[in-house]
Amino acid sequence: MKAKIHVYQRDNINTDEIIPARYLNTDKEAELAKHAMEDIDKEFVGRVQVGDVVVAGGDFGCGSSREHAVWALRGAGVKAVIAKSFARIFYRNAINNGFLAIECKELDEGLKTGDEIEIDLEGGEIRKDDKVYKFSPIPDFVKKIMEKGNLLETI
Amino acid sequence: MAKTITEKILGGAVGELVEREIDLMMCHEVTTPPALKMLAERGISKVWDSNKIVVTPDHFVPNKDIESAQLAKELNDWAVEQGIKHHYKLGCHGVCHAILPEQGHVKPGLVIVGADSHTCTYGALGAFSTGIGSTDCAYVLATGKLWFKVPETLRFNITGRLQPGVTAKDVILYIIKEIGVDGAQYKAMEFGGEVIDRMSDEEKMTICNMAIEAGGKNGIIETEDYKSDKDCQYEQVYDMDVSDLEPLVAYPHLPSNGKSISEAEKDGIKLDQAFIGSCTNGRFSDLQASAGVLKGKKVQCRTIVIPATTDIYKRCLKEGLIELFIEAGCVVSTPTCGPCLGGHMGVLAKGEKCISTTNRNFVGRMGHPESEVYLASPVTVAASALSGKITDPRKYI
Repeated sequence: MKAKIHVYQRDNINTDEIIPARYLNTDKEAELAKHAMEDIDKEFVGRVQVGDVVVAGGDFGCGSSREHAVWALRGAGVKAVIAKSFARIFYRNAINNGFLAIECKELDEGLKTGDEIEIDLEGGEIRKDDKVYKFSPIPDFVKKIMEKGNLLETI
Repeated sequence: MAKTITEKILGGAVGELVEREIDLMMCHEVTTPPALKMLAERGISKVWDSNKIVVTPDHFVPNKDIESAQLAKELNDWAVEQGIKHHYKLGCHGVCHAILPEQGHVKPGLVIVGADSHTCTYGALGAFSTGIGSTDCAYVLATGKLWFKVPETLRFNITGRLQPGVTAKDVILYIIKEIGVDGAQYKAMEFGGEVIDRMSDEEKMTICNMAIEAGGKNGIIETEDYKSDKDCQYEQVYDMDVSDLEPLVAYPHLPSNGKSISEAEKDGIKLDQAFIGSCTNGRFSDLQASAGVLKGKKVQCRTIVIPATTDIYKRCLKEGLIELFIEAGCVVSTPTCGPCLGGHMGVLAKGEKCISTTNRNFVGRMGHPESEVYLASPVTVAASALSGKITDPRKYI
């Protein structure tokens, strides 16, 4: 699949930046989406389009357990996050919602906001023009949840 | 095979995926209501065990606005309807990670999850406990089970003797400074050594509470009956002698930005607010330590004190601490997480600086994205409140 990307090179982008706690008085996805990434990038919500992908450094989503971080991104139209690594609870929350979180250690500064990339899930590759970034395949148990769309569908 | 305490409780080998029965689930009003909607949408109308769930509202209570009132109502109505045995309604409520241990719900060897990242606190009493999101919460409420990957364990041997005025908070800020905010990503952090052994349960809770700030899955401390085997495999062992450790202040915007108090004092940072409270440092001994510094003096910046639970509040009242705080010029509130996450009861304006006994100093954590949070111990925060700038507490000890 192809996607336009929004790149944040920094590590440790935390849940307070993805969806500040001042907006946690609601769990409505459309409301949360209005404030996605607000404390790191005020222009994000105006720029992002359905199907776009967020690219970031290591430890993405660290901090609070708020699943609102996943919902805010999804509500804003984001289809996946690719990061060098993910904080544990964010990663679980993403999987449980069937939201694609790809861990790719090979990310470098070659990717820029506005670039178009191609993600090959089966082959474990992200391609930008001639450049290829490999990632470890999605584990089977994660795939199972992703296929069902939500952890609760596995009950 | 020899195992660490975390491997024993989870019952698997490192890296293995295990499904575990949950002994206790903690629910509050921000992350649980979404889980309740998920269950309702799927026609799941009964929790797996109403005796194994602890419910307390804490984040935005007393309700800060109409939306948060709605969330609190959803939590309360559900808990009543389900006959949740351990339901701490407003008036006997508390910050979740303070009230669960206080009311005796946490025991060694239990598997505890909570829909809150600081659930790792309960490892202080020898439980495996970790934070989860709302979907996981819904899954547990429905089935009483959850999957885990058994983590590698990092062992922290904390040795030497802490100097007066240096606290558990300084020790954990030091550990996070050394290994970084992702230094324990996905891993168990096991704390031990003579310094930890000498700590009270409340001090141990401060240590384990902040395991998540190093990315840890859980923090844990051995007890009489639950210990790691002698020849267990740690992924890494850190030996840290803290005899020369000074009080630390974590500068914005990461908990790993620790600076020694002598360095921090030189910066002469002027403060607008000081906050004493939270699941990290809002227990009785924390408030008592702050009170020892504040006694008979006046604060020079606005200072908010929040006992973490109703029982702590009552004890403070009985022992004269509430009056002492108010005489010193502090504001005292009923238990709430409020200011720690910029919710209410102490939100920062643009450009304001706050020294706080809490656990996170991320951008915008306590209010405006251009405000700043400095993390420190209850005595450092109290000493700083007295001068209106970051101050070494040791002159008051």
